[in-house]
Amino acid sequence: MLHYVVAVFLMMAGFYIVIAQGNLVKKVIGINMLQTSVFLLFITMAKVDGRTAPIVTEAGGPYSNPLPHALMLTAIVVGIATTAVGLALVVRIHDAYGTIEEEDLQHLDHPEDGYMEEEW
Amino acid sequence: MVTASVAIRQTDLFAVVMLFGTYSFLIALLFMELDAVDVAFTEASIGTGIGTVLMLSTLRRVGRHEKRHRRYPLIALGVVLATGAALFYGLSDIPSFGDPNAPIHQHVAPRYIASHESEVGVPNLVTAVLATFRGHDTLGETTVILMAGLSVFLLLGLRDHGPSRSTRPAIGDTLVLRVVVKVLIAFLLLFALYVQFHGDYGAGGGFQAGVIFATAFLVYDLVFGVNDMRRVLPHRWLPRLAVFGALLYLGTGVAAMLLGGNFLDYDKLAADPVAGQQLGILLIEAGVGITVFASILLIAYAFSGIRKSQPQD
Repeated sequence: MLHYVVAVFLMMAGFYIVIAQGNLVKKVIGINMLQTSVFLLFITMAKVDGRTAPIVTEAGGPYSNPLPHALMLTAIVVGIATTAVGLALVVRIHDAYGTIEEEDLQHLDHPEDGYMEEEW
Repeated sequence: MVTASVAIRQTDLFAVVMLFGTYSFLIALLFMELDAVDVAFTEASIGTGIGTVLMLSTLRRVGRHEKRHRRYPLIALGVVLATGAALFYGLSDIPSFGDPNAPIHQHVAPRYIASHESEVGVPNLVTAVLATFRGHDTLGETTVILMAGLSVFLLLGLRDHGPSRSTRPAIGDTLVLRVVVKVLIAFLLLFALYVQFHGDYGAGGGFQAGVIFATAFLVYDLVFGVNDMRRVLPHRWLPRLAVFGALLYLGTGVAAMLLGGNFLDYDKLAADPVAGQQLGILLIEAGVGITVFASILLIAYAFSGIRKSQPQD
């Protein structure tokens, strides 16, 4: 049960970073955190009490569920790929605007609006 | 959890990235404890290693300090708490931890575990599921990596100009480093090959091996400079290599079709179905390894090509 709670907490933390933080690099980190929370959820579900890692040995014996492992393994690799593309976009945004703060970007795109004190 | 909470409050992005690396490593240890050795391996090499390197490269360009915010994100907090509450409510329905009768263990997984011995004959169940039962998914994911590598390449570009510039390595010229790295790289490459070809038997496989292989090249690049590196592996080869890996995967599937099977049905690759399966797994893992290696290296080079004041347009 504790594992599920941790997963939900991490998910909330990641989600919070994505919406509340203005810095784009931090947002990418937040997305990553959200992602690992999902990995944790799947891996937790795959675990079965008293069973071993899903690699066949002479001892045999029941194994934990290998299917979520395979899914999450590829998901991690896809995650780093999306992170890389996201960071590349951040770099290009920095090239074009000279800042990666969301508020400043908003201001540069719509100078007539002025700085918004409260966006929500 | 603690590192995650601290990371939210920090404004020094360098510290945030380091904390994130630590967090990722702790998660990998947790996966290990939950029997997911392959996943832990991947998270440790990719999330902790490559992810941190990429973020640091980005910081070099965009600066490490974050602006303090004036606004107080109460509404964001409210949304997050509402979502969290909904999830906690959902948790009350979830089967208890480690329950062998949970629905997730009743569907296709028992069939995978029961029939892999006669159908695939590879001891590592994760590799078996990844490469055989779920071969189409993995092909898709390999393509995603390829696409990511190519889009980063298109977004940032690779500086493949002549050997005139920056002959100096990124890290200072230290004798100790040179000697140690020379020894280390041999072991890194060997380890990568071991992970690649031993993935059928132990934890590992094409994804992890590709990353370790790329790491070896990156270490060499850091210590000996880009020019020595380019003599070993010219940059323009990387996209080709990445495409080649994906095509090897695809080609294995098509070869199975030509030999009378379904797409990615390795039974037909050899006279004996189990031998055919193993050959197929070997080939597609090689394809995955090559694609991941080339794409990660491509991404890393594109990021390390970032210098402080060098707008591309």
